[in-house]
Amino acid sequence: MAGKIKKIAGPAVIVESLDGAKMNDIVRVGKEQLVGEIIRLDGNECFVQVYEDTNGLTVGEDVISTNLPLAVELGPGMLNGVFDGIQRPLDKIREASGDFIARGVNVKSLSREQKWDFTPGVKVGDQVEGGSSLGTVPEFSFTHKILVPPTVSGKIKSIKPAGSYTIEEVVATLEDGTELKMYHNWAVRRARPVTRKLDPNLPFLTGMRILDVLCPLTAGGTAAIPGPFGSGKTVTQQSIAKYGNADIVVYVGCGERGNEMTDVLVEFPELEDPKTGKPLMQRTILLANTSNMPVAAREASLYCGVTLAEYFRDQGYAVSMMADSTSRWAEALREIASRLQEMPAEEGYPPYLSSRLSAFYERAGRVTTLAGDAGSVSVIGAVSPAGGDLSEPVTQSTLRITGAFWALDASLARARHFPAINWAGSYSLFINVLEPWYRENIAADYPEKRKELIVLLQREAALQEVVQLVGPDALADNERLSLEVGRIIREDFLQQNGYDKVDASCSMEKAYGMIDMMLELYKSGDKMLKSGGAISDFLDDAAVIEKVGRARFVPEAEFPAYKGEYMKMLETAFKAKA
Amino acid sequence: MDLLKKEYSNVSYVSGPLLFLEGAKDLPYGAIVDITDAGKRVRGGQVIEVSDSYTVLQVFEETSGLDLAGTSVALVEDVARLGVSKEMIGRRFNGIGKPIDGLPPVVAEQRLPINGSAINPVSREKPEEFIQTGISSIDVNITLVRGQKLPIFSGSGLPHNDLALQIARQAKVLGEGEGFAVVFAAMGITQREASQFITGFEETGALARSVLFLNKADDPTVERLLTPRMALTAAEYLAFEHGYHVLVILTDLTNYCEALREIGGAREEIPGRRGYPGYMYTDLASLYERAGVIKGKHGSVTQIPILSMPGDDITHPIPDLTGYITEGQIFVARNLASAGIYPPINVQPSLSRLMNNGIGKGKTRADHKEVADQLFASYARGMDLRRLVAITGEDALTDNDKKYLRFTDGFEKTFINQGQVNRSIEDSLNIAWALLSEFPRSELKRIRKEYIDANYGTQKLSELVTA
Repeated sequence: MAGKIKKIAGPAVIVESLDGAKMNDIVRVGKEQLVGEIIRLDGNECFVQVYEDTNGLTVGEDVISTNLPLAVELGPGMLNGVFDGIQRPLDKIREASGDFIARGVNVKSLSREQKWDFTPGVKVGDQVEGGSSLGTVPEFSFTHKILVPPTVSGKIKSIKPAGSYTIEEVVATLEDGTELKMYHNWAVRRARPVTRKLDPNLPFLTGMRILDVLCPLTAGGTAAIPGPFGSGKTVTQQSIAKYGNADIVVYVGCGERGNEMTDVLVEFPELEDPKTGKPLMQRTILLANTSNMPVAAREASLYCGVTLAEYFRDQGYAVSMMADSTSRWAEALREIASRLQEMPAEEGYPPYLSSRLSAFYERAGRVTTLAGDAGSVSVIGAVSPAGGDLSEPVTQSTLRITGAFWALDASLARARHFPAINWAGSYSLFINVLEPWYRENIAADYPEKRKELIVLLQREAALQEVVQLVGPDALADNERLSLEVGRIIREDFLQQNGYDKVDASCSMEKAYGMIDMMLELYKSGDKMLKSGGAISDFLDDAAVIEKVGRARFVPEAEFPAYKGEYMKMLETAFKAKA
Repeated sequence: MDLLKKEYSNVSYVSGPLLFLEGAKDLPYGAIVDITDAGKRVRGGQVIEVSDSYTVLQVFEETSGLDLAGTSVALVEDVARLGVSKEMIGRRFNGIGKPIDGLPPVVAEQRLPINGSAINPVSREKPEEFIQTGISSIDVNITLVRGQKLPIFSGSGLPHNDLALQIARQAKVLGEGEGFAVVFAAMGITQREASQFITGFEETGALARSVLFLNKADDPTVERLLTPRMALTAAEYLAFEHGYHVLVILTDLTNYCEALREIGGAREEIPGRRGYPGYMYTDLASLYERAGVIKGKHGSVTQIPILSMPGDDITHPIPDLTGYITEGQIFVARNLASAGIYPPINVQPSLSRLMNNGIGKGKTRADHKEVADQLFASYARGMDLRRLVAITGEDALTDNDKKYLRFTDGFEKTFINQGQVNRSIEDSLNIAWALLSEFPRSELKRIRKEYIDANYGTQKLSELVTA
């Protein structure tokens, strides 16, 4: 039986006498059938957060429970899609309600008309378990596996032959009569099950040297980016989406600017996927909940996004999810909590902020899927600390959970240092777990060389402070050498030009080569000084310094030869005047 | 409409701007009501909470004189609406859309809910057309683009109102036959400011293309929360129904946020940072996000919100949250103002995030971006040298450094300090070239050779700037 609205205060609505109300069930509120979710049960009353504007609702209107929790539809048709925070396709909403989003729009997440070319992968009599694949469907250049819902298993009684079907058609039945379609629903607040979580000992490579070398992320790891305004956060994220080694990108625009979302919507389709040459959108899903869209849907958008990511992980793919920004999500949490008159903790955030955040980040990981494949979800969450103050609760809770921190820095951005990531403020907790991988796949001495590089950078930073007080002339020659090489590392190694075809992305092999070039530069300079040379000989050798500086623009294929030439050059460098 | 006539008179509690009503549960959430007191005086109000036992109303004027027994409430509209019409252009309204220019009310073509709806992100067009404000520092260095929201961060005692007026008067879009309108909403302004705006608009003729909404400091606080929504509703209507390019100037957002805090306090809400309500981000976003361009529609809504930062503190919640929603900021600087420079815009911390979309060949001029970069870089270096000179004296500088110092002075005194003159983008760029030509060509590292060859030394400052 329908419940009745008892009280309305913003997005929080209290409903009474709603039979069979369960926590987190989705309800339809009022004459306009606004979407809401039950977030508290109290005797005969339930608290509903409404995902749409509640103006015009009156007390006593009907509320109907769907008896289902907030769920997403998982099946073919999501790639290249743009959805709102609760997986409603925005282009369909536009068809239904015009350029402005009206309330109560009821559209299906996945197209019911589109036909997909299904190729069965099982035959009658096969035993299938939850998470195993019934067959495949090509979606752009991606092979979409049709999964058995995680909670279902049994013997195949019938399976459709290869052919074209809509997602509503039954493609398989089990002996117990269960009908399986090409999609299934999954409640977003529940993590999808896996066989086992694996150690995060493979890197998630982004193609950005400063990240991959100095503060790497693992496949299935979590990273936080603080984005003070004007620090090039969007560019960094786009770069990671484009060059990161993930098969699928899920981007959740959570409470961000409309025009910025448009930028993503306009630019992602234009971005070319360096792997396939096709538009990047064809392996991307966007969830857009701009800052003026309903606050409750913003809270849900993060869960919807991570559920979609888990679904592709369960097919055995590597997925990267970007959440921009988790601060806006936390604010949504705070806003709803305050409407429910919950006791606030720090800065008005609810006391469960930290546990909710960890629960979200813990859904990342590299796993063995139910079907036995390896898949991963890596989560990169942006935080927007108010006033750039990293001590605020959202940033602090995030830092306790995430494994890498990439400190975007507006002052670097103003100095046109891109990517504007402050290497001194950034860190990664994954260095040690990744060490075996580096030794095996990059070079046996990679970890040591990486350390040497960092030592040089740290020495340069310390010397810079001295220079600012007394000027460079007061330094000893070997200190000036450290200063100079440090500068070269910062400008020609850490900096990357996202608009340059070659420099935009860099493999680990090339990065290792470049580290080698720079360390060798320091060593030959040092040797020269020790044998009685002067720093001016080093500084005057423009050819060598230019050669090392150009290295980042050398294509990967030509790089070994280039490095060889350079090493040869070093042998005779600085000697002209010595 | 029976509801219109139905009256509720069970007022049980009045506190601050709030009035609690019993037995009025059929009033819709967000509805607009008339509140009539025993003396037949009518005040407006809005439903901010309903439940089956009581309804909370926010009274639009002061609550003094209301009593529990003699007051009655009647429903006016299910949600707050504004009657809109093309005829609003040239008119002056108070903060809740009632005419205050002595002319009769406009005949509404439509009555639109003032809360508006979110623009569907897939319907948005990328903002990439230039708006000329006629102010060199903005047009060249912090370019405003149609559909953008670019706030002015100012402080008390700074001439942001003059700047707002000047922009309202001068702003235009380039190109023939483009309709342009200004919607100006002032919140919590004093009588002095109000008359400054009214005479400013009237004397310069800007009123002919403007719609004014003026909420005065002594108007009821809650009306302040409606004023920007009224203005934006009018703007959206003019932009998306009549194809105007509308520039919305909102001043002063700080007063708006104070009103939000005051009402939040009266509602006994749990306060967030510095006492401002936790939903202030969402609330501000619901204003700022109403800027934009829509695919297939001719018009656009561009916003310049003005806010005075309390204590010039940019980490204060108001500028901080604003900065996260808007696309850049224009800084009005106290040190420039006290040096007698008008408009005192400090380009260094200012930024227009959408600038690069809206400049260049076919929009402004091909050399625009590089000239802007060069000005920025040279000015930054000059500012560094100024700090150095303060310690070491000018004698310690090289001749080249002295050129930077001279440039920095000239940049502030002529380029930024333009007074009430309206400069075209062409003029502004030419002035920039005249200043940059004081450097040897080799110092102009940000500009490519062909632009240097075409423009270096071609402009004379004395012809471009009248002393």
